[in-house]
Amino acid sequence: MNVTIVDYNSGNISSVINSFKEVAKDKVNIEVTSDLNKIKSSDKVVLPGQGSFKSCIDALRKISGLVDTLNELTISNKKPLLGICVGLQMFADIGYEETETKGLGWIPGKVSKIDNQNGKYKLPHIGWNEINIVKDSKIFKDIENNSHMYFVHSYEFVPEDKNVISATTDYSSNIVCSVEKENIFGTQFHPEKSDKIGLKIIDNFINL
Amino acid sequence: MLKNRIIPCLDVKNGRVVKGINFVDLKDAGDPVEQAKIYSDGGADEICFLDITASNENRDTIYDVVKRTSKNCFVPLTVGGGVRSTEDIYKLLNCGADKVSINTAAVQNSKVVEESSKKFGSQCIVVAMDAKKNGENWEIFTHGGRNPTGIDAIQFANKMEGSGAGELLVTSMDKDGTQSGYDIDLMKKISSNVNIPVIASGGVGTLDHLAEGISAGASAVLAASIFHYGSYSLEEAKQYLASKDIPVRI
Repeated sequence: MNVTIVDYNSGNISSVINSFKEVAKDKVNIEVTSDLNKIKSSDKVVLPGQGSFKSCIDALRKISGLVDTLNELTISNKKPLLGICVGLQMFADIGYEETETKGLGWIPGKVSKIDNQNGKYKLPHIGWNEINIVKDSKIFKDIENNSHMYFVHSYEFVPEDKNVISATTDYSSNIVCSVEKENIFGTQFHPEKSDKIGLKIIDNFINL
Repeated sequence: MLKNRIIPCLDVKNGRVVKGINFVDLKDAGDPVEQAKIYSDGGADEICFLDITASNENRDTIYDVVKRTSKNCFVPLTVGGGVRSTEDIYKLLNCGADKVSINTAAVQNSKVVEESSKKFGSQCIVVAMDAKKNGENWEIFTHGGRNPTGIDAIQFANKMEGSGAGELLVTSMDKDGTQSGYDIDLMKKISSNVNIPVIASGGVGTLDHLAEGISAGASAVLAASIFHYGSYSLEEAKQYLASKDIPVRI
């Protein structure tokens, strides 16, 4: 089996690579690439993302044919895809970081800044927070409710259809921190930095 | 609920840990990679390396240390010390650091903070500030606390927030190494003046000091010696804070 981590100059992805390689060991081939043919032929895809919504979308669109390839893979061919942090946020129709930017439109909704309640909550939301699992998701197999995950973000994904939400976390309000829609998975937190429990989520995704 | 972080810090020089740790069964007491792994297995919420390598020729050793650590350690890793440019930050991130802390360079040229937070995202840019009490205020020092700047610490904190820093690592030079507790007034002043997380540093000698830092408004507490010398384990620190109703990840 091939799992491809999409390398589209979205910032620092070495931790994502290290964690997937740690979990995959020799059983699964982890490819890190922006090569469209390799992405097309892979069994599963990971879409990381750091920095701003706009910078990630811009970087994605800069690679000619990449968005079409990802659309084909996930929407037409229904291959499992895991978006991490801004990788998840890009599923939305629109993002408001820096400036209004069109997203991939895979899951209807928007990405807006977390309400800090006039400075009551510091932003970015950095650190370990508990996840409240609201729906059985395949990537949460053997993950206990209220497990701690590592977060670092200032923007949140607000999907229109609440049924796609698989977990929330409490910071200022109930922030969406995990979604599942058919073959599309996403986490706002960083499983690659969430210790053993985070590696378990990666393992669950690899073994889907 | 967001938990308060406990961050053990390791001083690294020429690829080796400077302050020893009294861990038993540790094969190589001076290997930062091995010690980082022990901390992460022990429940560290994040790990911090401070590179205090004096000469530029040996700077490459920190890249190797970061590379090896990030292959074994799956909690966030912050690396600082000697970071001068966007290029330095890129190299460290590329080796597997999750955040980079900038000290002297941020004071000398705030554009480094602006540019790097735009380029890599605020989430990975930590501004480390060394402050010393001067009358009613605090003054910023650079070059590992050697050079006074005349810059007011509160104003500097606000400026760094505006430049795109994701977090502030605030060290009290008066308290650092004294084991007499954080400079609580400084931590209160800074954390109430900015809307980004503050990491308290400098002076921890007891577990109560950690609790005081969080009560002063810090989102995270950094300590070196109490963990290095095995006075307390991370587990003990967390249990203590939990017993004081301070939210921690256990």
